[in-house]
Amino acid sequence: MSGEKHAHPAAEPLPGRVLEQTGVDVARCYQCGKCSAGCPLAAEMDYPPSQIMHLLQLAGEFPEFAEMALRSHTAWLCLTCEICYCRCPMELDIPRVMDALRHEALRQKKVNPKAKDILAFHRAFLDSVKHTGRLFEMGQVVDYKLRSGHFLQDLLQAPWMFLVGKLHLLPERVRDRRQLKRIFARTLKARENRP
Amino acid sequence: MKTGFYPGCSMKGSAREYSESLLAVARVLGRELPEVPDWNCCGATAAHNLDHDLALALPARILAAAEKKGMDEVLVPCAACYSRLKVTRHELLEDEKLRQRISGLVEADYRGSAKVVNIIEWLAAVPDLEKLVKKPFQRKVACYYGCLLVRPAGIVEFDRPEEPQSMDLLMAKLGAKPIDWAFKTECCGAGFSVSRTDLVAKLSGLILEDAVSRGAEAVIVACPMCHLNLDLRRPNIEKRTGKKYDIPVIYITQVLGLAMGLPPKKLGLQRHKVAVKFAPAESPVPGVSAKRGA
Repeated sequence: MSGEKHAHPAAEPLPGRVLEQTGVDVARCYQCGKCSAGCPLAAEMDYPPSQIMHLLQLAGEFPEFAEMALRSHTAWLCLTCEICYCRCPMELDIPRVMDALRHEALRQKKVNPKAKDILAFHRAFLDSVKHTGRLFEMGQVVDYKLRSGHFLQDLLQAPWMFLVGKLHLLPERVRDRRQLKRIFARTLKARENRP
Repeated sequence: MKTGFYPGCSMKGSAREYSESLLAVARVLGRELPEVPDWNCCGATAAHNLDHDLALALPARILAAAEKKGMDEVLVPCAACYSRLKVTRHELLEDEKLRQRISGLVEADYRGSAKVVNIIEWLAAVPDLEKLVKKPFQRKVACYYGCLLVRPAGIVEFDRPEEPQSMDLLMAKLGAKPIDWAFKTECCGAGFSVSRTDLVAKLSGLILEDAVSRGAEAVIVACPMCHLNLDLRRPNIEKRTGKKYDIPVIYITQVLGLAMGLPPKKLGLQRHKVAVKFAPAESPVPGVSAKRGA
């Protein structure tokens, strides 16, 4: 294997890290392409799922392929609909691989810029859960608008939702919010502070 | 058998009619559905996208609370929450080290005694459901299962992952005619409703087009996210496809309620974006006149 490993923040090459985090050995993929054929968003992706698997197969020897997979838009477009996993003849849990790619991209600050709205939504969602223990839809949407800059989106939807009683102006709260804060501190926050 | 109820966040807000109709139906069935004490959000897509431990800890806290209350099973009507809870229970029971670590995170010794049950399983277990039908729901329906009720197949172990039948059988019991169609388990765009509305409009548009072109009069769902994308996002779908779709999207529990003869308002039908009414040849559902909003 190459000595270029040192140039990358992760000590272990990406395929090994994926295996460690997900139990999926990407080497077992034989590139039949069923995952890409069934993926509802393959046409929107920079690399369809089978190509991501191929990049990962070669990533141990060619760090630039690891970079391509980590910086892909694909990782963030994956909806976890599980159709690829369902049809994979090798039963490879590709959605879990996508999860691992997202986690690594976050950790190494290599999130594809095109995924910024998707990431903003996830962050706004979890912020809401961290503070109240339950999703406060109104608060989350405001938080998302601030993060994404899409202030005008769905502006007319909110009053209608309020009128039919689907939008609450006050959050529901979990009683033991301190415990929720501790869970977040030991998981998401700890991960983001890791080198 | 003590059954707990995990409503999840949507059913308290944007999908409140799912909860209203479920509780109305449960009353008729004489089933009590106490909520899991002090339940929290399951973490949904956001948690597993950003952090694996968080994605396990949030559902584990819910399941541990149900267990502590002595609940034998937890009914999770939201397909997305169902998936998170079911996957978490599976992963923790498969891996003792992981179970201990996540138990530590949620400050409880999670054992996995409470089973996770989806709405179709719960309803299918009701004996003689057809005897409660007062007004058969005589419509052609497209049963839309979405992704997470049936996949990953090895974990949910519920119905077939691509050509499921359980909801079709249930609908037939209520007098409906389930159609054969191709989009039963195709994805609606799920959690991209706000962040990538364009993609939701694309995927949900394909689902509606197939249902309508095969003569369905209603799409039946068992998931708040599917409902949101097919109903609330209808204007976005119509803008993208350039076609108008009047087909209503109805929760499985609302159909059951209607078949039981419960008043539509009790089932929250007035809260839909797309009015629940049918072809003029047959009578509309009485008492419902939901207007198309902005």
